[in-house]
This record gives sequence, structure tokens and C-alpha cells, in this order.
Amino acid sequence: MATQQTRSLARFMMAPSVILLFVWMIVPLAFTLWFSFLQYNPLNPIRDGFVGFSNYRLFYDNPAFFAAILNTLTIVVAVLLITIIGGILLALLLDQPIWGQGIVRILVISPFFVMPPVAALVWKNMIMHPQYGVFADIARFFGAQPIDWFGQHPLTAVIIIVAWQWLPFATLILLTSLQSLDGEQKEAAEMDGAGFISRFIYLTLPHMSRAITVVILIQTIFLLSIYAEILVTTNGGPGYASTNLPFLVYQKALLEFKIGQASAGGVIAVILANIVAFFAMRAVGKNLDK
Amino acid sequence: MARAVTTQHKTIATAAAWIVALLIFFPILYTIITSFKSEQEAIQGFALIPSGTMESYAEVQAQSGYFKFFLNSVILSVGSTVLALLVAVPAAWSMAFSPTKRTKDILMWMLSTKMMPAVAVLFPIYLIFRDTGLLDSRIGLTIMLMLINLPIVVWMLYTYFREIPGEILEAARMDGASLWNEIIHVLTPMAVPGIASTMLLNIILAWNEAFWTIRLTTTNAAPLTAFISSFSSPQGLFWAKLSAASTLAIAPILIMGWFSQKQLVRGLTFGAVK
Repeated sequence: MATQQTRSLARFMMAPSVILLFVWMIVPLAFTLWFSFLQYNPLNPIRDGFVGFSNYRLFYDNPAFFAAILNTLTIVVAVLLITIIGGILLALLLDQPIWGQGIVRILVISPFFVMPPVAALVWKNMIMHPQYGVFADIARFFGAQPIDWFGQHPLTAVIIIVAWQWLPFATLILLTSLQSLDGEQKEAAEMDGAGFISRFIYLTLPHMSRAITVVILIQTIFLLSIYAEILVTTNGGPGYASTNLPFLVYQKALLEFKIGQASAGGVIAVILANIVAFFAMRAVGKNLDK
Repeated sequence: MARAVTTQHKTIATAAAWIVALLIFFPILYTIITSFKSEQEAIQGFALIPSGTMESYAEVQAQSGYFKFFLNSVILSVGSTVLALLVAVPAAWSMAFSPTKRTKDILMWMLSTKMMPAVAVLFPIYLIFRDTGLLDSRIGLTIMLMLINLPIVVWMLYTYFREIPGEILEAARMDGASLWNEIIHVLTPMAVPGIASTMLLNIILAWNEAFWTIRLTTTNAAPLTAFISSFSSPQGLFWAKLSAASTLAIAPILIMGWFSQKQLVRGLTFGAVK
């Protein structure tokens, strides 16, 4: 049925999206790649020029670099673990017959709609503040010393905030997948005398595997580039204790104006994201083709 | 007997679910409560009953002109979503109704552009914006947000359009409908629900985008994300005001979000989980 005319029409309809995304992907990236081989300081341009790989060398020699990569991966892995395990447990709970399910769902999903700066500020000031926060109130109630979250456990604090933002997302998707599980299959398994644990391992978990892969893919995309939460709470510190790669690049570019080094960091961030994305997309692709 | 067990089971499950749900919702709830306290009350320790004063709201508006940021958020999120739809609807349409061997690859490639870390291109974008005068302009940021969400918009629309049965098109064609009539009278009514859900979800995503909106604005085009971030350097104690500002910033999108739960799952999983 597809005539030459409809085919060229289809191409014409697709062109704006494809061209826009292509330009958006290629042009800035080409600039970044070019800048990464330059000494380039907008405030002090005297020594600007081509420097080869020395920006990568400098970035690599910077002790903050390994800290940042480690922090980036720690955030991704920790948040994924918390949200997926927590999300499965919550989904199992919410899948039970309960009164007021609609309202419970609304309460659970809400943090996902809170913009990152608000989430970070609320946790920083109202919940985790060592003097006025709710955690401090609770600690004092039990006669304990309140914890200085952002001074002593900055990365943990960031992970808690980010996990709070993403737990609803994981829960909602896993719950949706759980609810599409065939009731008859469940009943049959129950009839056969399968206990809760074995039903979960042999029936529920395989059924949810596709949803879990999707959660991992989507969250990884967003978790690799956590920014506002760090900016608002710890500003990357103390030292580099809570600096991730995006935050380090931002510091180099817009605070220190070392564009060359920042660009080298950006290129490394792209490579890192691509390595992670390669595995994530492959896993998802496999799962989606089923 | 069986019924008694069920009721007991339901009671326990209900109690557990409500406790967990309230714990998760607590930071939001406490922010709303604190926004109705005076600054004095707000730092006096844990209390769930506020005095009910509205002074923080009045002060937030008076001191920082909350409404201007709110307006920017509306313009940027709605504007970028509409723009993205204009570009994406034809693309998703042609992918859904005349797919080729490369359609899947193109879709995957589009998604992969989302993988690029924003910081990697921060400086080039910053330069381009500065040199074209787009820095701190609503137009510039609208385009930016449009580009960021375009892959998701195309994907979502594609998954919705794909479910429109092709036979209906054939039938309309048999009846001698022209391409234009086909689009207006047959396809559009069937596509509207999908477009509406896509729009809703993308307004939410654009509203909450907190990298480019903070970095590319200063005053004119600054939306609520930038406004709230300006509270991060504490000048004295401002808990109640911060809470009022936060409540105002999240309320509209929270309510929209509650209505879009179902579409959210579909949209964000690209139709993989329904």
C-alpha cells in the first residue's frame, strides 16, 4: 500500500524531529570535544590555545576526579537498590485489598511531583537540620545526640533525598506490573500449595522483571545527572565528599572558568553515561522484544 | 470463617499501607503545615497544629514577587510542551502508521539523546545562548526544554498512536475520504486522549526541570525552580517562608500529577508497562 508519495510524506513528517534532535546532539558535543583540547579561560585568555590531551591529564590528576566518579556511581547504585527493593515491598503491600487505596496511592506517588530544589530544601531544613529538623527532634526525644547529616554524612544525606524522590516512581511502575499478573495463575499456584515466598520467587518476580528493567533504565538516566539536590544541600562538600561528576564539571566551568578541564570532564561524563546506557539499553531491548 | 480472616487481613494491610504512605508523604505534609506557622512557631520544635497564619504567604509574594516566577514556570512548561507536540505529532504519526525497518532504530536513537549528561554541553550551550542573546530569555529556555523532552514526547505519542487500529483508516479511504478529511474526522478524535496525556506528563517534567532552568536564567525568565534554589543560602531563619514558597511551587503540579498517575506509568515506561 505504501506508495512513493506516502513514503516521502512520512519522511517529511519525521524530518523536523530528527533534524532538531540531531543538531541538539551533535553541535554542543562537538564544541565540548573541541574545547577539551584547548586551554580556555574567559577571564584570563592570555595563555589560551591548543594543549592536546593535557586537560584530560589535569582532570585525571585532580583527586576530586576519582571521588566524583565514585560518588556518581555510589549514588546510582545505592538509590537503585533502595528504590527497587523498597518499591517491590511497597508494591506487594499496596496490591493487598486495603481501605482507601486511592488516597494511599496518591500519598505514595506525591514525592515524584516535587521539583528537585524543593525536595532538597525541605529535607535540608525541615527534616535533617541538626538543630531544628524533625530528625533532630526525634533524636532529642530519645535522648540521643542529633546527627549533623550534611556535615558528617553528606553523601548518605543526598542518597536519602534522591531515594525519597524516586521510590514513588519505582513503586507505581512495579505496582502497575503486579496488578497485571494473572489472578488465575496466582490462584492455581495457591491451590498447589505454593507458599508466599515460593509464589513470589517463581511467579511474581519473573512477571515483574520487565518492569524492573524499565525502572533501572529510566532511573539510571536521571540519577547519573543529579545536580540540583547537591547544589541546594551540600554544594558538593565538605571537600569533595558529595561531589558527583556533573557537579564537578559545573564547578570547573562556571565557578573556576577552566573551560578546557570542564570540557574534558564533560567528555568523560558522556563516555561514562554511554557505558552505563549501553548495558541498560541492551537489557531493556532484550526484555522489550519478548 | 473465611470472611473473618479476610477482614482481619485487610485491616492489617490497611494499617501498614497507611503508615508507610503517611511516612512517605510526611515531608510534603509537614511543609504545608509549617507554611501556616509564624517564623517563631516554625523553629520551636515539632508541632503538627499550626496557628493558621497566612503571613508567610503574604511575605513571600511581597519580598520576592512569587507570582512572576510562577508565571514563568507556566509559560515555559506549557510553551515547551506545545512546541514539542507540534514537532512530534507528525513524526510519531508517520512512525506509527507507515513504519519502516528503521523506525525502531530511530526511536532508540532518539531515546539515547536523553542519555547525554547535560553538564557535558553546559558551556557550549551557555556560549550559544549568550552570543544569540537567548540567555535569561523565555524563548531560549522554552526551546531548551522542548529539545530535552522531545524524545519522550515522540515516544509517548508513538505508543498511543500505534494502538489506533489501521482498519479504520482503510475504511475511511474506501469511503473516499481525502487525506485531509481522514486526518480531521477520523484520526484526530482518536488521537486526542493520547495527545492530552502526553501533554500533561510533559508539562510536569518541564515544570520540574532543574538544571537548565537554574543555569540559564537570572531574573527575567527565571521559573520556580530558580526561585526556590535562591533560598539555599540561609540568611537567618526562614522556615515558614520557605515552606510557603515551596507549597506554592509544588501545589499546581502535585494536583495535576494526581490526575495523571495512570498515564504517568505508560508514558515514562514508553508503553512497556501498562
